[in-house]
Amino acid sequence: MMSKLESEEDKMLEVQFVGDDDVLNHILDREGGAKIKKERAQLLVNTKKIIKKPEYDLEEDDQEVLKDQNYVEVLGRHVQESLKNGSATDGGNKVYSFQTRKHPEKMAKLASELAKTPRKSVSSNLKSDPEITIDIPQCSKGHSASDTVQLKNNDKSEFLSTAPRGLRKRLIVPRFHSDSESEYSASNSEDDEGVAQEYEEDTNEVILSEQIQAQNRVVAAPVCKETPSKKMKRDKTSDLVEEYFEAHSSSKVLTSDRTLQKLKRAKLDQQTLHNLLSKVSPSFSAELKQLNQQYEQLFHKWMLQLHLGFNIVLYGLGSKRDLLERFRTTMLQDCIHVVINGFFPGISVKSILNSITEEVLNHMGTFRSVLDQLDWIVNKFKEESSLELFLLIHNLDSQMLRGDKSQQIIGQLSSLRNIYLIASIDHLNAPLMWDHAKQSLYNWLWYETTTYSHYTEETSYENSLLVKQSGSLPLSSLTHVLRSLTPNARGIFRLLIKYQLDNQDNPSYIGLSFQDFYQQCREAFLVNSDLTLRAQLTEFRDHKLIRTKKGTDGVEYLLIPVDSGTLTDFLEKEEEEF
Amino acid sequence: MATSSVSKGCFVFKPDFKKRKISVPIEDYFNKGKNESEDSKLRFETYQLIWQQMKSETERLQEELNKNLFDSLIEFLQKSHSGFQKNSRDWGCQIKLREIPTAALVLGVNVTDHDLTFRSLTEVLQNNVTPYVVSLQAKDCPDMKHFLQKLASQLMDCNVGVQSKEKENVQVTQKKIHYSMDSLSTWYMNVTQKTDPKMPRKKRTPSSQWQSPPVVLILKDMESFTTKVLQDFIIISSQHLHEFPLILIFGIATSPIVIHRLLPHAVSSLLCIELFQSLSCKEHLTTVLDKLLLTTQFPFKLSDKVLQVLTNIFLYHDFSIQNFIKGLQLSLLEHFYSQPLSVLCCNLPEAKRRINFLSDNQCENIRRLPSFRRYVEKQASEKQVALLTNERFLKEETQSLIENLHVYHANYFLVLRCLHQFTSSLPKYPLGRQCAVHFQIRELYCTCLEKSIWDSEEYASALQLLRMLAKDELMAMLQECFKVFKYSSEKQLGNTAKRIEEFLAQFQSLDAEAKEEEEDTSESQSKGLQKTDLYHLQKSLLEMKELRRTSKRQTKFEVLREQLVSFIHSLVREYLLLPDTQPLHEVLYFSAAHTLRQHLNAAPRIALHTALNNPYYYLKNEALRSEEGCIPNVAPDICIAYKLHLECSRLINLVDWSEAFATVVTAAEKMDANSVTSEERNEIIHLQCSVY
Repeated sequence: MMSKLESEEDKMLEVQFVGDDDVLNHILDREGGAKIKKERAQLLVNTKKIIKKPEYDLEEDDQEVLKDQNYVEVLGRHVQESLKNGSATDGGNKVYSFQTRKHPEKMAKLASELAKTPRKSVSSNLKSDPEITIDIPQCSKGHSASDTVQLKNNDKSEFLSTAPRGLRKRLIVPRFHSDSESEYSASNSEDDEGVAQEYEEDTNEVILSEQIQAQNRVVAAPVCKETPSKKMKRDKTSDLVEEYFEAHSSSKVLTSDRTLQKLKRAKLDQQTLHNLLSKVSPSFSAELKQLNQQYEQLFHKWMLQLHLGFNIVLYGLGSKRDLLERFRTTMLQDCIHVVINGFFPGISVKSILNSITEEVLNHMGTFRSVLDQLDWIVNKFKEESSLELFLLIHNLDSQMLRGDKSQQIIGQLSSLRNIYLIASIDHLNAPLMWDHAKQSLYNWLWYETTTYSHYTEETSYENSLLVKQSGSLPLSSLTHVLRSLTPNARGIFRLLIKYQLDNQDNPSYIGLSFQDFYQQCREAFLVNSDLTLRAQLTEFRDHKLIRTKKGTDGVEYLLIPVDSGTLTDFLEKEEEEF
Repeated sequence: MATSSVSKGCFVFKPDFKKRKISVPIEDYFNKGKNESEDSKLRFETYQLIWQQMKSETERLQEELNKNLFDSLIEFLQKSHSGFQKNSRDWGCQIKLREIPTAALVLGVNVTDHDLTFRSLTEVLQNNVTPYVVSLQAKDCPDMKHFLQKLASQLMDCNVGVQSKEKENVQVTQKKIHYSMDSLSTWYMNVTQKTDPKMPRKKRTPSSQWQSPPVVLILKDMESFTTKVLQDFIIISSQHLHEFPLILIFGIATSPIVIHRLLPHAVSSLLCIELFQSLSCKEHLTTVLDKLLLTTQFPFKLSDKVLQVLTNIFLYHDFSIQNFIKGLQLSLLEHFYSQPLSVLCCNLPEAKRRINFLSDNQCENIRRLPSFRRYVEKQASEKQVALLTNERFLKEETQSLIENLHVYHANYFLVLRCLHQFTSSLPKYPLGRQCAVHFQIRELYCTCLEKSIWDSEEYASALQLLRMLAKDELMAMLQECFKVFKYSSEKQLGNTAKRIEEFLAQFQSLDAEAKEEEEDTSESQSKGLQKTDLYHLQKSLLEMKELRRTSKRQTKFEVLREQLVSFIHSLVREYLLLPDTQPLHEVLYFSAAHTLRQHLNAAPRIALHTALNNPYYYLKNEALRSEEGCIPNVAPDICIAYKLHLECSRLINLVDWSEAFATVVTAAEKMDANSVTSEERNEIIHLQCSVY
């Protein structure tokens, strides 16, 4: 057993975290232990206290470590080894030790709790054991590489990831079950017969996992012991150097391999997300209001400074759109002003200049180039000194406006005496857009306006990864269009969908060639001639259901420009209906 | 909201013109901003007045400083062109002479100011040399075609200015023609021949003194032109030089060597280069400071911190005088905007008049000034009471204090200049720090504003060095000082001027009466000293006693030198006091260096980091107060997410991240349905992070 443990240690070390979480989970379930649950509740309440009094907790941890060391003296050698490991992990920690400090503590707590009820879990948790055994290979599969650097990384990521996950699972017990059942059902049924024979082995395994947990505790303890005290004292420069090379090392950066798909949570669509978010009450509203009032007091000053030839740029965390909007409504009601949403994906300097020439200056002519247009505007404003124009640009540093030429043109506009520019920037490196020449054109005055407000409007043109892409609209439009078609046409389309779904994992899939499609349709008795299929496809194309593309060999390829998730949904719906 | 749409990004708002066309006067913004709008109208007017004065002063300075450069440039142009004229008469035999006259203008790295210089240069040239002045920038001319096109179109624009606009129609059609040097030269021939008969009309412009005015081409940023374009152009135009009299002006930011680096020998041999050096921007700055701040002309002054911020931005960021002026303007504005008593920041008679009309509130403001309070505390108790209760008495006192302040400044600058004269030629420049080559008065001014200069080691060593100078050097310095004092009309220091004159006379007479007895002169001098300063007398007596005791008797020169040094020291002690020590200095001095730095030299990065890392800094909620390095879980979501993200290296797993986030949040809120929401909320935040 020991030798096996030794040989497998590299793999096992990362395994244990998932393992003990699961074990814990099952203990929780099986015993229905009100007592433990209560303890856990206390734990939750105490978290705040724990943050506040780290030293106290650390002492406790130390004692626990000592106790545990007695308990696992069998593993003495490994303890030391893992200690080494632990310190290595520590070296990789960031100066901002918030996360690592918190979770190791929790880990240690969990482990100690586990240690109090070791035998029970072995004797009674027949059902849970197989899951552990299965869990181990599952996890270690992911981290097949076993050199120490990677191990360290894995270690760390596991620290970060599984601990909170486990905690969350415990907190949301019912949902966890729905989650886990699908995940584990297959393995359960498979292993159930084997349980009896493997009982002996299982107990061994459990003991093993316990031992590893103990190790884990020892690993965890030094981490939290070191972070607050030694970390600070340690030579900062050498630390920085190490961190730099670690961050920029050429070796592949490893993150955990958990993906959003594995979460198995139904993606929300935009509407539900909005509803959910609107329910959340914003925190610190009083303080934020105060902050905003502070900024609003500056409005008059801004106007003054704008009139005196400066332009104003706002920076700081949080959306500045509302603030500028308030500025607009309070101060600019009597002036001609143009609001430019830099975050709008279709914005361009051309459109800005167009709106100035067409709407502000009522000029109907066209211009040969943007520069001509600019010259014209500049001359116009120089001639008519009574003309005044305020430009409000939200996100001057947006993707579309950050180009050198755009900035040059906007800068030239803003350098005019009777054009006043007030803009906001958000990007960390936004000031890099401007060299000295541009800066002197802009003649900025910087104002820090940290608002902490959400970038709701600014990000509304972008899609979240976790929100269902393209929403329900394509699905409903698909069904609508398809409903109006003949059954044959529907069949043709379904064929195409199925083919595309079959090939969805193929990255080089460019579509179904027309000839193949025709063949398939013929075989399904959907069309009788080349022409009918073509006519049908034209109809699809008119409804933007398919896209055709000429391949390199000149053959026409057909593709449905809808993501596979929607297509699957659509198929399911179709099947229900028919 | 009215300004969000899925189809457009620009929204134009035009108010009803019929209703209110009149725009709000700017003063109103000045007034409304502050609750306590004491004399704000007056303040704003004063601001505008002073700013206008300062601005015109700087423009005048700029012109003055450029004048030398421009004069020599024009001279060069005329000289080289007269050569062309001579050639043009018998160009057949002189065809070998193909060198393009070129002026290399080394302007330094303050790129932002160059535009201004070139603009005024163009103006000057157009007035004095030729109507055909074209300036090109590298970014307009990526290749030869664009280069020629730009050149031609600008040339013809110049021409329009001279000629009647009848040719305009022709021009528009011409614009699409592909230009070559040939067409340019034929155009030039046409133009010059056409204008010849019209000579009387053109007589107004000095350019008419030549039959064929030269074409001046200014390349603003020579370094950024592509070498190929430059080379081609030079070679081609040198071929056409006999019919197209071109003169080049290169604007160079780095060093003249760059010409040879850009152009191979074959090309650069076609140029006849003459070098012109513009004034270094640091000297420029010193002049500007000298004329704007080290003068009694403008009452407005900067405190040491503000001056430091401004000079640092200048020296370490841009070398731009314009930006410096901008900073000055901003500090002037801020001063008048934030300090209600700045209404008194004007010339002395006006200030005295205004004091009489001060409101009760303003009097209260005066009493609240820290420097005034300090002043009051030093007074006798009856006077204290009177100052704090009696408005009229306060006003009278304020008048005298303001007057004192003005006198203090006048003396201050005189003595400062004097000290500068004495220390500027010392080896190693003990009082100058920033620049090793030239020790400028601006640095001395900074040092003097910062601390009492006589306490500093540098000052002591400077005096030590002064004590070792030879007679001629001292005499030269004294002469300069005397000039400084003579031109000033201040009565208070007239005495000093006399003293310096005396010193001069004594030094001069040293040679003559070398063999005379020393007792007499030294005694008479010490008597003279007695009149001015007791401290000085004591010190010199002490020193003399000590010297007599310890060493051999000094020569007469040494005694005199010693006296001179202690005289300077006494001047410094008496007049170079810190502005902070003057009562009511807040009225004239702008000291909010922090705001200035925030607005001119902001650090968005730090602001973002602070907002994410330490929300308590912005949101003054006790729940957010936390020790270093950890963040309470009630903090704004984005702060938590940021903290968690710091834990990872370059790549982050979105799932881990959001789950960790959920853990942190739910740890505080207990378990509830919120966890779903908070997780989704996190996604939004994630998107924002990608915005960064």
